[in-house]
Amino acid sequence: MPQSEILLKMQGISKSFGPVKANDNINFEVKKGEIHALIGENGAGKTTLMKILFGLHKPDSGTIYFAGDRLDLTGPKDAMAKGIGMVHQHFMLIPSLTVTENIVLGSEPKKNLFFDIKAAEEQVIRISNEYGLKVDPKARIRDCSVGIQQRVEIIKALSRGAELLILDEPTAVLTPQETRDLFVVLRQMVKQGMTIIFISHKLKEVLEISQRITVMRAGKVVGVVETGATSEEQLASLMVGRQVLLRVEKRLSSPGRNILEVKKLWVSDQRGLPAVRGVSFNVRAGEILGVAGVEGNGQTELVEAICGLRHIESGQVLKDGNELAGKSVREIRKLGVAHIPEDRFTSGLCGEASILENLIGGLHLDTPFSSKGVLNKKEIQEFVEKAVEDYGIKVGSVHDPVKSLSGGNAQKVVIARELASDANLIVAAQPTRGVDIGAIEFIHRLIVQKRDEGKGILLISADLQEVLSLSDRLIVLYEGQIVAELVTRQTTEEEVGLYMTGGKRMVVEGGEGV
Amino acid sequence: MDILHNLFNLGTLVAGIRIATPILLAGLGGLHTMQANILNIGMEGMMLFGAFSAVLVSYYTGSIIFATIAAILVGVLAAVIFGLFGVKFKCNIIVAGIAINLFGVAFTIYLLRSIFHVRGALSHPKIVGFPVMDFPVLSSLPYIGELFKGHSIIVYVAFLMVFLVHLFLYRTPKGLHIRSVGEHAEAAASVGISPDRIRFQAVMISGFFCGLAGAYLSLAQTRMFVENMVAGRGFIALAAIYFGGGTPVGTMLAALLFGFAEAVSLRLQTLGFPSQFVLMTPYLMTVFILIIISYVKKVHSQKRKYEIA
Ligand SMILES: Nc1ncnc2c1ncn2[C@@H]1O[C@H](COP(=O)(O)OP(=O)(O)OP(=O)(O)O)[C@@H](O)[C@H]1O
Ligand SMILES: [Mg+2]
Repeated sequence: MPQSEILLKMQGISKSFGPVKANDNINFEVKKGEIHALIGENGAGKTTLMKILFGLHKPDSGTIYFAGDRLDLTGPKDAMAKGIGMVHQHFMLIPSLTVTENIVLGSEPKKNLFFDIKAAEEQVIRISNEYGLKVDPKARIRDCSVGIQQRVEIIKALSRGAELLILDEPTAVLTPQETRDLFVVLRQMVKQGMTIIFISHKLKEVLEISQRITVMRAGKVVGVVETGATSEEQLASLMVGRQVLLRVEKRLSSPGRNILEVKKLWVSDQRGLPAVRGVSFNVRAGEILGVAGVEGNGQTELVEAICGLRHIESGQVLKDGNELAGKSVREIRKLGVAHIPEDRFTSGLCGEASILENLIGGLHLDTPFSSKGVLNKKEIQEFVEKAVEDYGIKVGSVHDPVKSLSGGNAQKVVIARELASDANLIVAAQPTRGVDIGAIEFIHRLIVQKRDEGKGILLISADLQEVLSLSDRLIVLYEGQIVAELVTRQTTEEEVGLYMTGGKRMVVEGGEGV
Repeated sequence: MDILHNLFNLGTLVAGIRIATPILLAGLGGLHTMQANILNIGMEGMMLFGAFSAVLVSYYTGSIIFATIAAILVGVLAAVIFGLFGVKFKCNIIVAGIAINLFGVAFTIYLLRSIFHVRGALSHPKIVGFPVMDFPVLSSLPYIGELFKGHSIIVYVAFLMVFLVHLFLYRTPKGLHIRSVGEHAEAAASVGISPDRIRFQAVMISGFFCGLAGAYLSLAQTRMFVENMVAGRGFIALAAIYFGGGTPVGTMLAALLFGFAEAVSLRLQTLGFPSQFVLMTPYLMTVFILIIISYVKKVHSQKRKYEIA
């Protein structure tokens, strides 16, 4: 591959949001035909830099050269016209519109006055075939899985003639299988002359897919390395500026009584088909029970059923002996259940509300934050300041809307709030999704600390490594059933992987049809 | 039996259509703002401006065409003012709406007094109204032909517009842009659509239809201008839009329902029911229907939300 030609050169880029210097005199270069990884902690300024390149933010200073020309972007339309495409960290798709409508939005083919839907669909099918990105052009986005939605985003960029494709944390929401599929597509695209900027917090992936890596920290570029000449440890310490523990340190657990008992639980998915099929398990005080499994095997429904967000078809969910079925979310939370949801922006945060409001949401009705129906400003302020400090949430002001936070910082807000309640059961779904390694270390330590305080933790994660390093016991879900119950110490990644893919199953007590 | 027959006959239906027309017209405009996710409570004022300009121009020129154009232009102008404050300068959209409504009432009264030196109402032989016509073919159908006879031309235009608005909203790029800005403005912006521009255009479209609705009120139903003659129809239109789920056909059905409800209540009055109660019925119905809708929506969205997550 000829890799000498520089396709993109960003020089001296700076951008501030109020007091926050998101980008501070950044120099960034990408060669033609390479997959260039961009990594850095949450809030390091990766997304901001890419939004500048895509014309969504105007830099305070600095210049961009693309394919030899100087770019003065006034908006994304400009960037797209020049051949720059972007798939955003939080998808920019409109749920009620179809795949095709989303792809051509803003540059619709026309027939007379009307939108030529036929031509648009043909265009989608053509690109989809060319790159092996399978989609149903007529499906509505709200009925598509995240994996498909991402394909739609990629096709959207390609259909606008992108030569340089920016992928902002494309794998954060994908299952391992979907990630593998994506990598196949990316390699195919590079073969056809595409250049790709790839942002991720997963260093293994970065090492696997990229040729070169640019590392950012606190708004600055701190290093550019050849992928072949670096390691996970080196990248980690470059990113964080200190040594990072990639392993979790914890003592053996000493579990106590049952905090959560799930008995023969059946839950349906949105189509009304059974997603959780007769599952039974316990979570005890002082232990972390991991739920491993390829995403889409009932984990989401299981969590929602426990937290009162989904109807329980049959079976029992007992929290400290209290039946949770039929109770409202608020009642369940009052019984001591904290929930870190898997999708922070749909069910974890209220985007328009401020960081402060999001941090106390749900706690605001109780002492010490309110008394006699009046909010206690002083207590709230103290709590919020402490949370921002403890969790290292990078904010300009706590009164800014929470949606102005970087992805990982938004996740920290959810975690800070949920762990602040004195719930003794913590249901954590994908707690470190999109979070940088420094913060992952911190969140993991925190979860272990909560365990050591005698709380019960139900940990659901698509990241097998996370489940293995954090949990004391684990169950494997496959097609809505528990196919294995293992003591984490006594198992291996390979064994769990085999159960996850349905290659093996053990007879589990209380399991159905095993 | 007799009462029922008196209440529910073709005559009531015909009256219902006439009452529904201004609600439908304003609703067709307002649904564009609703689809663009703008709460447009300024329709009341836009209609009132339209109604007054129609009478004014009709009086001076004797031309119904000029009068209609004037009503539309002034409706759009009022919408532009609403849009400047509510969309461009990002004032509170509700306050902007209320301001347009209050301004509409006061300013038309002021003009009425300073131009025509009358209070309350202006009616004059020089004011030309909309022509009345029968709809070809349909009006010669047996029995139901009555429904398509003797309406002002605007009534037919209004129902034709339902079809056009549907095409516009669901078959043209602009319609797609309006819907996408309303649902996810950031996503629309990311492909180069300017949300504020689209919102402004949606507001202007609502002004167009409200102007027309106003002209209908003053030149078709009555052929005169009465102070504050819109009398809540802008809000009923808003209710009709929500009732109709923001779609043109849904809004039409809702407007017809409200129209018939009012026609029935008018009949009740002539049959000797106490007018205070009778006059309440359309509003009571609106409130009831809205309660039912929001309940259904809530149940639906809860299901959706949990299912989607
Ligand atoms: N629109 C905005 N308004 C105010 N502050 C912002 C805005 N966008 C970003 N920031 C701030 O700029 C900083 C950099 O954010 P950015 O989203 O670029 O980080 P990131 O490197 O992409 O992080 P992550 O890995 O968490 O996605 C953060 O502190 C963020 O809070
Ligand atoms: Mg980011």
